[in-house]
Parts: sequence; C-alpha cells; structure tokens
Amino acid sequence: MDKIWIQLILLAGVAAVAVTLTRSTADARHQAVRRVLLVGFVLVAASAILYPTFLSHLAALVGVGRGTDLVLYALVIAFLSYVATMYRRMKMMDRRITALTREIALAEVRLEQAGYPTARTSASPSDPSPADHTTGPPERRP
Amino acid sequence: MGDRVSDPCHNVPMRANDDTWLVVPLYNEATVIGNVVAGALPTFANIVCVDDGSSDASAVAARDAGALVIHHATNLGQGAALQTGISYVVTQTDAEYLVTFDADGQHQVDDAAAMVALAREKDLAIVFGSRFLDDRTKAGWLKKAILKTAVWVTNQSTGLRLTDAHNGLRVIRRDAAARVDLVQNRMAHASEIVLQLGRTKLPWREYPVHVLYTEYSKGKGQSVLNSVNILVDLVFK
Repeated sequence: MDKIWIQLILLAGVAAVAVTLTRSTADARHQAVRRVLLVGFVLVAASAILYPTFLSHLAALVGVGRGTDLVLYALVIAFLSYVATMYRRMKMMDRRITALTREIALAEVRLEQAGYPTARTSASPSDPSPADHTTGPPERRP
Repeated sequence: MGDRVSDPCHNVPMRANDDTWLVVPLYNEATVIGNVVAGALPTFANIVCVDDGSSDASAVAARDAGALVIHHATNLGQGAALQTGISYVVTQTDAEYLVTFDADGQHQVDDAAAMVALAREKDLAIVFGSRFLDDRTKAGWLKKAILKTAVWVTNQSTGLRLTDAHNGLRVIRRDAAARVDLVQNRMAHASEIVLQLGRTKLPWREYPVHVLYTEYSKGKGQSVLNSVNILVDLVFK
C-alpha cells in the first residue's frame, strides 16, 4: 500500500512525457521511429514502476549487475543520441537562417541599386543615394 | 598600417580591373576597414563589403570609403559572409574575376593585383595566395605549425597540393565562383572553398603573398584553440 502513491506519481510523469513527445513535429519517418521508441519506453517505464524487481531481472538476464546500472546505461545512450539529434537539427536550422539572411541581404542590395528605398536607406536619409554610388556595378533595373 | 595601403603599385593598368570585384567579409573592423577600402580602391574600383551583422560602425566606414555594403541582418560567420559576397558577384554583376580579401588589412593590394594579372595571363580559374612560398611573412612557430597542419588536413581531403590553406586572399574566375556553395558558416569554410574549387578541375595556381601580422590583426586573429573548432566543424558536417 505504501508503494501505490509513488507508483501513481511516476506513471503520471511517464504519461506526461509520452504526450509531450508525440506532439512535437518533424518529418514523417523520424516521427514514426520516435513513436515506436516511445511506446517501448512507456511499456518499460510502466512495468518498472509496477513490478520494481522487473528491471533487476532484466539486468540479470543480459548480464548486468543491477537494474539501476541498466537504467544508467540506457540513459547514457539516450543522452548521446539526443545530443547527436540536436546537433544535426541545429545545423539544419543554421543553414535555414543563413539562406534566409543571404536572400534578404541580396534582395536589399538589389532594391538599393534599383533606386528603391530600403529599411536601411530610409532609416538614414543622410546615406548617399544608391544612384550616386560611383563604385557600384552597372545598374540593372528590373 | 599606412605602409600597407599607401602607394599600391600598378603592375596592371587601372581600368584593367573593372571586371574584377573585391569581396571583403566584414565584421567589427571599424577602425581599419576605411583604410583597407581606400587603399584598394585605386587598383580595384569594385569593392563589396559583406557586413556580417557588425555591432560597430564598420558598415558606415566601408560605405564612406567607397565600397558597396551588403548587410547580414544577423551575425553568421566569415564563411557565410564570403558566400553572400560570391553570390552577389555571380548573380548581380557581370564581373569576370572576384578576389576574396580580408577586412583587417593583412593582405597587400599589390599581391591581389598581381594575382589577377597572373590569372588573366595564364588563363587560370583560381589563384590561391600562399604565405609559405617565400619568407616574407613572419609567423610565430606555433601559428606556423598549426597552419601547416591545416594545410596537410586540407590537402588530404581536397586532393590539391597547396602550401597554405587558411589564406583569405584568392582570385576566383566567374566560372569557378559559380560552383562555390559554402555551407560552413564559420572558419572551416577556408578548407571547404579549396575542396569545392578543387572539384571544378579548373586550372589553378598558387602565388606567394605577404601576410602582414600587425598587432591589430594578431589581436583579432584566430586563437590556436579555434583550430579544434575548425576540425570538428569539418568532421561533423
């Protein structure tokens, strides 16, 4: 009976994590893999909570000393894969931001050279007009 | 610093470089960029500075000195700025050559002019500047050792046999520049650009240049530890 409360709390935590994870979006294949892993995680977590000796049995089965050690190993792997995934995602995001920034920069200079006001030229009217820019390339009007 | 920019010797007639753009990645160099642009303008009439989200007055200084300035809305890194400059020259000008040139005044305008002249004369698509072809450049032993290692790593991955890899002074002809697409935003672009230019199989050559290590450029230059970052960036793309 004294176990039931901690079991309830932990199960609620697992459920909360499960819900949050399924809500995040990514491309379909990764999402599918994540969901499969998630179901496994929920099952293992739930059984570990309901049958506290389950992990120790599992650990003994695969030749690891204690259930706690098994959890630690699993966490290390999970953490490393998290780092790798995040690194890749961040690189992808960097590339998107770079492409976006470059497009804006090039569009801006195109507008400037065509004589249109841009955020920068209109913000500082003291700037020399792009049309007077003697070092600029030959004008290419749209 | 004045000796670097004053009196650019004209081995090439001035008008001859009308078809050439100087591409200068610019990030927080307000104190020197004006002189660098002013010193290069007599030889290279077309200069584009890519202001990589500088927080100082770099962009204004460059523009006042007579360069065209392109703005990155946020700081992305030297590689990204370089690629924006290259994209600009390829897509929005008719230039035949572009010269990548550092903003901190390490490079000599004469060297750049001579490299463009060499590219014209020998019909080369790429001319890499190298500070190790003669002994004009004075680098510390640690810097030398790191640069030599960088050269070796770059040579292993690119198949080119260069004597200097992380030299910002390069002449790139239009056809070669159009095939450059740098995704390394930070310093690893120096190896990446060699790799991509090497893949074009276009004729290239190295040219001895003098890199001037002033107190200013030393203060701003890459730290030795940064070579670790470059290596990691190259391995984990």
